[in-house]
Amino acid sequence: MARITPLSEILEKYYKPKIRASPFCSGCGNGITGQAITRAVDRVGLPRDKLAMIIGIGCNLFMTADLTYDQLVGAHGRGCAYATGLKLARPDLTVIVIGGDGDTGAIGGNHFIHAARRNIDITLIISNNFIYGRTGGQYGPTTPMGSFTTTAPYGLVEPPFDFCKLAEAAGATFVARGTTYHTTHLIDINGKGILHKGFSVIDVISQCPEVYGRRNPDRMGRTGSEMMKWMRDHCISVERAKKASSEELQDKIMIGVLVDKEAPEFTSEYRKVTQRVQKGMG
Amino acid sequence: MGVRFYAGYPITPASEIMEAFARRMPEVGGTFIQMEDEIGSLAAVIGASVGGVKSMTATSGPGFSLMVENIGHAIISEIPCVIVDVQRMGPSHGLIFLSQGDMMAIKWASPGGNEIIALAPSSVKECFELTVKAVNLSERFRVPVFLVSDAYLGHMREKVEVPDPDQIEIVERPRPTVSPDKYLCKDADATGVPAMADFGSPYRTKLIGSLHTKAGDYGPSLEERVFLVHRLRNKILAHLDEILMIEEMLTEDAEVAVFAYGITARSAKAAVMAARAEGIKAGLLRPITVWPFPTEAVSKLAERVKSILVVELNLGQLVREVERASATKAPITFLSQVDGLLITPQKILDRIKELN
Repeated sequence: MARITPLSEILEKYYKPKIRASPFCSGCGNGITGQAITRAVDRVGLPRDKLAMIIGIGCNLFMTADLTYDQLVGAHGRGCAYATGLKLARPDLTVIVIGGDGDTGAIGGNHFIHAARRNIDITLIISNNFIYGRTGGQYGPTTPMGSFTTTAPYGLVEPPFDFCKLAEAAGATFVARGTTYHTTHLIDINGKGILHKGFSVIDVISQCPEVYGRRNPDRMGRTGSEMMKWMRDHCISVERAKKASSEELQDKIMIGVLVDKEAPEFTSEYRKVTQRVQKGMG
Repeated sequence: MGVRFYAGYPITPASEIMEAFARRMPEVGGTFIQMEDEIGSLAAVIGASVGGVKSMTATSGPGFSLMVENIGHAIISEIPCVIVDVQRMGPSHGLIFLSQGDMMAIKWASPGGNEIIALAPSSVKECFELTVKAVNLSERFRVPVFLVSDAYLGHMREKVEVPDPDQIEIVERPRPTVSPDKYLCKDADATGVPAMADFGSPYRTKLIGSLHTKAGDYGPSLEERVFLVHRLRNKILAHLDEILMIEEMLTEDAEVAVFAYGITARSAKAAVMAARAEGIKAGLLRPITVWPFPTEAVSKLAERVKSILVVELNLGQLVREVERASATKAPITFLSQVDGLLITPQKILDRIKELN
């Protein structure tokens, strides 16, 4: 297990000198997810001047509010599209997109699957807490069936997306899932995703006690800690799952690196075209 | 250096621009990408622009509709970009034929009602020259700049003498002159344009789509909100001398002045010449910059002519601005055509004669 950098060091290196109080509700998972991203950035040792963050709209946008990265908080759902332009124009940069589940899977679904199809060297980290928290609790594309939300007052009858399956099917070459409970593991897979050359997707199972848990206490629990215990009890690592019986795997969520393969990366392929054209071999 | 990034999505009658970029960009070491939709196109343009690379896109009505959210984002985050709108008929898919129906949409589509810049070429030569100008203005003022063309102009072939690259004026965005530790990414005075550092430089930049402080942070005070909203407008309006371009023909002694822009101004020009040949004192005011609107020029024109004839290929858009600018100093007549065809000089001449 790699060294976990002390928080004071992280604060000094990456945060503004006078940070405000946490903008998140009590028990929210976004703080853990945000910290796991910064710790992963720190661990892989990215040069500060070569890192850019693109952030979508949702509670997750406050993850980076006090960070001193170059960052663009764009229109809702368009993170992968901004990142595609930035990465193509500036291949020297490491580009990380942070999105929510609604941001990435609903309004931004098209950009998400096409970034995966192109296998462009961007890392997409999804804070997946099964609800539109920022707008007050409407159901999203990953909200489990039967959940109660402000827009599903009688129970949700739509099935949810599995981001990892979607990403793999669309062509992402690195796909992993982590949770806010398995924090050190999350830092680890974030780091692997950032270093992977190609489109990396990290689906972070997170908790929203105030907006989701409040209305659905029988699912993951009511409080942040209850919801995280649920993650502990309902997630199984890819490695452990290999040895588990089908009975043990029932109702379990697989965490870990699900896809890690090599395929031509879009930015590099486009540069090859440029070189070919410039040599007059169009 | 000029534009080195283009992102677009196929649409008639604008696709030729994209196809040309697909061929050209690799030749000059730039990047072209065909995105999944026009929302993604303008988003990619914005992404490339924050990386410090001059970027543009082109579209037409239905695609323009999809770009609206990111036009707003480029306005508030002050990200230079150029959008060519090769206008076609609306609403919705309308028809792919000639129209000037987007004149108000480009100005007002984004919530908030801020200033943008729009240039209207009326020849192929001007398409070339004004595209350069559009890129320069977008860099200078960190604002989306529109080149409003149309289905006819978009398919027209005319002679263009491309000047030597050294003869072309190239403007770069204002970049920071202070040290990185003193840099605030949205710091400018009331009519100023903040210095823009590239992403991936020693300067730290934060561009958010919300109203923000001079450091680019969330949570502006009431005063900071008002300051920013006004600055985004006044950085344009305080520099009209650098932005406004107008062509006036025979307006010195004109009694009937025609107001027309883009392709329509060519018919209007022919009509004015024909009227003069018949002894009618006609003239033409052609705004080349349509937004911000050349209010002062129209106001002065209204003071000295007996009547203004506004010709547009829509149901009446810039005629409202002409009415506002003339403030009843001269009677305004509106000549509209919305059949997707070019308006003939004869049709304009007939109306000039009626007004004479």
